[in-house]
Amino acid sequence: MSLLEVQDLSVSFKTPDGVVKAVQNVNFSLEEGKTLAIVGESGSGKSQTSFSIMGLLAENGTATGSVKFEGNEILNASDAVMNTYRSAQISMIFQDPMTSLNPYLRVSDQMAEVLVHHNGMTKSDAIKDAIKMLDAVKIPDPKRRVNMFPHEFSGGMRQRVMIAMSLLCHPRLVIADEPTTALDVTVQAQIMNLLSDLQNDFGMGIILITHDLGVVAGSCEDTLVLYGGRVMETGPTNQVFETPSHPYTQGLLRALPRLGAKTPELATIPGNPPNMMHPPKGCAFSPRCGFANAQCAEQPPVLDLFEPTRSRACHVPKEALS
Amino acid sequence: MLTYILKRLFYAIPTLLILIVFSFVLMHSAPGGPFSSDRPLPPEVLANLEAKYHLTDPLWKQIGRYVYDVVFHFDFGPSFQYKDRTVNEIIAQGFPVTLTYGAISFAVAVIAGCALGMTAALNKNSVWDYLAVGISIGAQVLPNFVMAPILVLIFTLWLGWLPGGGWNGGQWQYLIMPVIALSTSFMASIARIMRSSLLEVMHSNFIRTARAKGIPARTILFRHALKPAMLPVISYLGPTFVVMITGSVVIDLYFTTGGIGQAFVNSALNRDYAVMMGITILIGTLTIFFNLLVDILYAWIDPKIKL
Repeated sequence: MSLLEVQDLSVSFKTPDGVVKAVQNVNFSLEEGKTLAIVGESGSGKSQTSFSIMGLLAENGTATGSVKFEGNEILNASDAVMNTYRSAQISMIFQDPMTSLNPYLRVSDQMAEVLVHHNGMTKSDAIKDAIKMLDAVKIPDPKRRVNMFPHEFSGGMRQRVMIAMSLLCHPRLVIADEPTTALDVTVQAQIMNLLSDLQNDFGMGIILITHDLGVVAGSCEDTLVLYGGRVMETGPTNQVFETPSHPYTQGLLRALPRLGAKTPELATIPGNPPNMMHPPKGCAFSPRCGFANAQCAEQPPVLDLFEPTRSRACHVPKEALS
Repeated sequence: MLTYILKRLFYAIPTLLILIVFSFVLMHSAPGGPFSSDRPLPPEVLANLEAKYHLTDPLWKQIGRYVYDVVFHFDFGPSFQYKDRTVNEIIAQGFPVTLTYGAISFAVAVIAGCALGMTAALNKNSVWDYLAVGISIGAQVLPNFVMAPILVLIFTLWLGWLPGGGWNGGQWQYLIMPVIALSTSFMASIARIMRSSLLEVMHSNFIRTARAKGIPARTILFRHALKPAMLPVISYLGPTFVVMITGSVVIDLYFTTGGIGQAFVNSALNRDYAVMMGITILIGTLTIFFNLLVDILYAWIDPKIKL
């Protein structure tokens, strides 16, 4: 049994201007202790995918499909049920460490309440555990710093606090939603190394949501490429990077700046991401795709398992792409 | 913290002095005087009176004498209107009344306003929200000078449940209508501020984090959301408290409660310089004090503010 099994997940939002289909028919699964990268540009639905797993969609959002955690259906579960999973089994690290911690409470209070609530610990024991966890995420002088307020930490240190807080109950799954986007490049590497070290120690599965392909290459076994709320391609990271089977993935990889490149110009994917209020009729990527044919504009491609571990959603034959 | 408070209290001295000078000048620049009336006094009587109250002295001398008396004798002078009473007596008699119904009205406005605002915010776009917003808009558009006669009409004239006015030492029957009339519009403002501020806080990232931690909604509200949501409410409450405890001429007039609200307005109409100055200084002092209290509360709630 997989740790997490997501089937046919769709997320839509009712807005005054119409329904936004943020995520459509997304499928993936994650095994215990593994790392899956969900890659895509802004608005591709990657964050909404993770919010729907956690049951944290905005009030106007609805999710359909199925999300099974260790075999139990958790999609659209009540808050009372979800609260037994949140942090205890599945925890989340958010994108912006500057605003994701409560500025009015001490770090000790924010961390301890997780253990007090889920494990029934006394507050003083909980704080002792919190200090240990701050030590594990390499925050210097944790005994003193646990009593500080979030604004007394730097951005990178706050993200370490977030990570420590998410790991307090030793969850089986950690969803990291762009954990390094708001941080300096040097700090990014530290945080990613820290996450993989902690994964070795605690053995949790990680879903890493990012648009940074460099981060993915370094730390994730599997990659799922999202575009316009749909899965474009999935597979083991090294294979997806070496032989991308989808024009969008190819475009993403080509757009990576390389040192010593012959042309001084950066490669881009022409066009703009689709407006999810009125997504293209066919493949979401077809308006920007160099290989698009008549079929692409009419009919969305289905995800096709073309190798035991790889699948792609594209009408254009794989051989025609290279 | 202590040095900050002492510093602020020290700054209050020049602030009050400026207030005194400013009011004094404004007051004396208004036409007429305490002894002008329909039937003019004989000029020699007027001259005697004005000399007795030092009104013939240059303004700076009058201000100096006034400040000296206030600071060294805590003497705000005699009333110009009521010959046998001092300003201290007038305030000592009227202020407890306004303080009583003002403080009760304040408590009612804060409790009901916060409850309404929280109900509305936590049930956004539901029947409860519309009901709470409807009540607060209704309370807002009914000014107290409309509210007061309506209350008297209903509870005194039709139902005969409550006395139509008077104070009677602040017995509860005499308090109900003044409290309702005074508190409703403030309650409405508090409800609106509370609603919008709590809504904003509930949509912030750190509340999402708290939800992701799996702690119950009640804990999220009381531990995580309420403190920041209270900040805009508190900054409104400081000056509002002063306005409420220094009374309202409308309340004093309709319910003949005998507070300083009416005394203040009458003193302005009668050019009763001493009473006017006395109440102005009282309101000024209270305003300075409660603004300081709000700042201290802010620092207590928001750890980023260091005093």
